[in-house]
Formats: sequence, C-alpha cells, structure tokens
Amino acid sequence: MLTFVLRRLVSAVLVMFSISVMVFLIFFATPGVNPAARLAGRSASPQVLAQVSAEFGLNRPLPVRYGLMMWHLFVKQDLTSYVNIGVRVIPQITGAAPVTLSLVLGAAIIWLIVGVLGGLVAAANRGRWIDPLIMFGGIAAVSIPVFWLGQVVGLLTQTKFHSVFRWLPGSGYVSFSQSPGQWALHLLLPWLTLATLYAGVYARVLRAELVNAMNEDYVRTARAKGLSERRILMRHALRCSLISVVSLFGLDFGSLVGGAALLTEVVFGLPGIGMLTDTSLQNLDLPVIMATVMYGAFFIVVASAVVDVLYAVLDPRVRVVK
Amino acid sequence: MLRVRDLSVSFATRQGLVRAVDGLNLDVGSREVVGIVGESGSGKSVAMYSLLGLVRDANASITGSVAFEGREILGLSDKAMQPLRGGQIGMIFQDPMTALTPVFTVGWQIVEQIRQHTDMTKAQAKDRAVELLAEVGIPDARRRVDSFPHEFSGGMRQRVVIAMALSCNPRLLIADEPTTALDVTTQAQILELMGRLRDTHGSSIVIITHDMGVIAEMADRVTVMYAGRPVESGPEVDVVRSPRHPYTWGLLGAVPRLGQRSERLATIPGNVMSPLDVPEGCAFAPRCDYAMAACARRPLMIGGTHEHACWLSDDQRVAIRSNTKVPS
Repeated sequence: MLTFVLRRLVSAVLVMFSISVMVFLIFFATPGVNPAARLAGRSASPQVLAQVSAEFGLNRPLPVRYGLMMWHLFVKQDLTSYVNIGVRVIPQITGAAPVTLSLVLGAAIIWLIVGVLGGLVAAANRGRWIDPLIMFGGIAAVSIPVFWLGQVVGLLTQTKFHSVFRWLPGSGYVSFSQSPGQWALHLLLPWLTLATLYAGVYARVLRAELVNAMNEDYVRTARAKGLSERRILMRHALRCSLISVVSLFGLDFGSLVGGAALLTEVVFGLPGIGMLTDTSLQNLDLPVIMATVMYGAFFIVVASAVVDVLYAVLDPRVRVVK
Repeated sequence: MLRVRDLSVSFATRQGLVRAVDGLNLDVGSREVVGIVGESGSGKSVAMYSLLGLVRDANASITGSVAFEGREILGLSDKAMQPLRGGQIGMIFQDPMTALTPVFTVGWQIVEQIRQHTDMTKAQAKDRAVELLAEVGIPDARRRVDSFPHEFSGGMRQRVVIAMALSCNPRLLIADEPTTALDVTTQAQILELMGRLRDTHGSSIVIITHDMGVIAEMADRVTVMYAGRPVESGPEVDVVRSPRHPYTWGLLGAVPRLGQRSERLATIPGNVMSPLDVPEGCAFAPRCDYAMAACARRPLMIGGTHEHACWLSDDQRVAIRSNTKVPS
C-alpha cells in the first residue's frame, strides 16, 4: 500500500511540473503581450521594465527564465499583479481561498445529501412513478445553466418577491469570523445554486450504479440468505456503488476548490478564486493568471491522487499491488 | 418435506409466451438427495429459483403448488419468505466467483446470515463462522475468516458459500450446479463435502446439474428435465440402470467412460430448442430417433415410482435396448 501511495505522489509531482511549464509558456506564447510589461505592471517606466527584465532573466535561455519565474512565484513570493500595481499575487490567492472553500464545502454537503437520497429513493422504487420523476428532476438540474439559475433566483428574491425574502442579502461575502450568521445568509443562495447541478448528476449516477448492483449475483445470494430488500440495497448494493460516487466527488470537490465555481462566484459577487480567475483573464493579468492556474491545477492533482488512494481503501480488490 | 406439484413458470416476452418450466413435480424427503438433471435451458434453475421466490421478473407468471413441511410457500410475500430463505432452505449458486459481495469479508457475510436468523451476538456468530469454515475445509480458518472473497480461489469460495448456506442448519439445501464452474478434482472434493455435510447436518439436498456422473454419485432420486418439462423421474438406481426415456438414454450415452474405444463421443443430435419453439406434442420429438405419430400429443408422466413421459410401450423399449426389431 505504501509503494502505491508513493508512486501516486511522484506522478502527481510530475504532473504539477508539466502544468507549471505550460502555464509559464503563456507569457511567451500569448500574442501581443510583452512579458516584461506584464510582469512589471501597467504603465511601468522604462527603468522598471529594464529592472524586471534583468530580475526575471528575460534575455536568458528558456529554462533559466522558467527557473527564475518559479523562484519569484513560490520562494520569494513577490510576483505582483499587472492590473493592481504592486499588489502581490500570493496574498490575493490566500485571501480568496477561504471564500471559495466556504462556498464549496456548504454546497458539497447539500448536494451529497440530496443527490445520495435522490439516487437511493429512485433505485429503491425503480419502475414506480417516483423513479422517473427524480431522474427527470436530475436532468433538469443538470441542464439549467448555473449563471442563469443564479441570476434568476437573485432577481426574484431581490425584486419580485423581495417582501418575502427581505432577510436574504443581495450579493457579496461576509467572512465567518466577522459574523457567522451573515456568512451563512450570504452563502445560502450560492450554496443552493451550485448544489443543484451536482445533486442532479449524483442522483442519476448513484441510481444507475445501484440498479446495476441489484442485478449482480451477490445480491441474489444476499436475497437467498433471507435479508430484507432494504438491507440488501443499503448495505450490499450501496456500499459497492459508493465507490464510484466517492471517486467522482473527490474530483469534483478538488476542481471546485481550485476555482471551477467561477460562474457562481461571479453571479453572486463572491470574491473567491473563481472570481479572481475570471477578472484576471478579462484583464490579461498574466501573473495572477499563472498563480490561479497553478493553484487550481494543484488541487485537481491532489484530489486525483487522494481519490486513487481512497479507491484502494474502499475497494479491497484494488489493493493487490503487483 | 418438500412437495412440488405442477410447477409452471412462464415469461411474457415480445416474441410470445415462454414456458421455462412446464408442470414439474418434485418430492424431497428427509435426508434425501434429489437430483434434477437436464441440458442448459431445460428450466432446472428457474424452477428452483421460483421455489424461494427469487424470480424477480415482473413478466413472470408462476403457478402450481410448493409445500414445504406442509405449508404452501409459493406466492408468499418477501417478508413471509425471509425466515425461510437462508434459515430453513439454503441455496448455493453456480458461479462462486461472483456469489459473494466483494467489499465485505467472508466472516462478515456469514455472520450477517447467522444474525439474521438467530439471536447470537456478533462474537458468538463469528466463532460459529470460524467453525463452519473449518468444517468445509478452509485451512487456518481463524485467520481466513477476515479475508475478502477475492483472496480465495474458486474452489475455496464455493466452500465458503456452502458454509454460509449451511450456517443456520437448513432443513433443505438447494445446490444449483455447484461444481460446474470448478475443475474436476475440486468438483470431487466439493461433492464429497456435501455428502458428508448431509450426514452431519441432516439436511436434504436438491442438486441441479447437467452431469449424469454427479447424479450417479450423489443422488438418491432423480428427475430428468427437457425444455421445462419433466421427462423421467425415479430412484437414481432405476433411472441410471434402466432408463426409460430416449432423452435419458442420450444423456447417459453421452457420459465418457474409462477405457472407451470410440473416437467420437456420443451426442444427442440437434440443439436444445428455443423455448418459443416448443411443439404442442412431446418436446423431445424433433430430436428423437424413435419419434412416432403418437408423439404429436404431449405424453404425460406415467409409471409409479419410476415415471417417464414417453409414448413408447415397454415392448418397444425392450426391443430398442436389446437392438432387436422394434414392434410398432
């Protein structure tokens, strides 16, 4: 098991390295972009440009440039934003991270509960009316664009039904340390909006896996043992189906924390990683882009490695390492 | 102990009605081993699944009577069947590789069954599980009880399944082709184990197989099935020594014998027909060397303790068997 984990870690590091190289190359492959200008900040003076050129080795060979860029990004941590002159990139990320984490954690809890329950109820009642109803609900949830849902819900609560929803704030974020109550209220609609899509996916995936599992030979054996249908579904079938759901969750969670909740954050005005990515892309703020991409990639790679290990924990058949 | 009368299982399909089982009668007494033999598709497994209510297809229609210890059990609800399944009637399935849930240890699965039907504590049930595993020949049972199914070989897994099925001392054990998926040496061991367990646990066994050799070794009585219908039934000695139905002749003829000189093994000509094409009369007539005009009408099982469903008269039969001219 240990060798398995170590090998996964090594491959994770290699993937991170490759991504960092690709991200680094956008500085030099993006058309109409002067790398020195992007690094120095908007409307920098020629002297600053020259200084930046020297510091980042922009006239030196590519590997040296890569090395120096990574050095500034991770070690010295003095990479500054192109748009917000002088504002360091790393603190921007660390400031935005808790917002995204709050959003994703809350939504994850909601979508897991709703999705797993929905999948279970649909599978337990397969063939009866509630099964296609839940599945249709799932498809609808998956099909509604997040930004549309967020906008419409926001509009409705703020204008038409404002009298009913007066207690619901418009947009923006209040940190947990400031006021837990306000923190939760501000995040309520974003949580529900983000959870909708994923709840739909998980309900459908789990139902399919459960129905498959219920047709397996081991379920027939369990029935012949005299177990109730409920126990067979909840213990035998669910346990075997959860393996794929957990793997899916690991990857979804990882990518969301890394910034994939972009649309939700923008619609609800939450200053998280997603919004940071969006703003920096619009302004072509290369230093920030680089940092957010690396941040996102890191989480996806870590999540993927964790999921692989978790898979081995959940499914004993996978543990045999050759 | 088990009395099956006129059991019929039909499935409504788009192409028509499929009679998977058509009029099966079966009697199993205490401590008896009854064999059900037939080719693939003869309906033997479906018949046994329907006994325990394991046929879950919504298009299935099951009629007839199944009485277990005097009580009618066909058509009972799941809830009423649950104490019987695994408690009074144990079942072993054909493929040991997929019969056990892969994510739980074998001990956990045996304990689950024991605790479903008895009041034992987890610790007591686990001890019982270790006992059972040792009884079926799993070495180092105390340690292996915590192993996962994939850590056992096919033969070992089948032993685990047998141990699990016997865990609550069922009165009846139904074994659906328990050795088909195993190699010949393991097959012999498993059969020997089942015979021993019949003696120690006192259960009756219904063994389903396509192998007449298994029947000859294990069964006290045997029923031969073809296309869902019983064609011959009686004490094993009688059916194997003096078979009466042409299909049984074919099955016995197909068993290779030690010292057999012929280069080609005997086969029954033709293929098992699709259940949709079963003729109105005798189902075996299309493949039978001795088919007559009378075979257009379905023969019923006649004959007392050794029954058969065939229009051949005794004289004709004797003539065929002794290779003399068959009187018409």
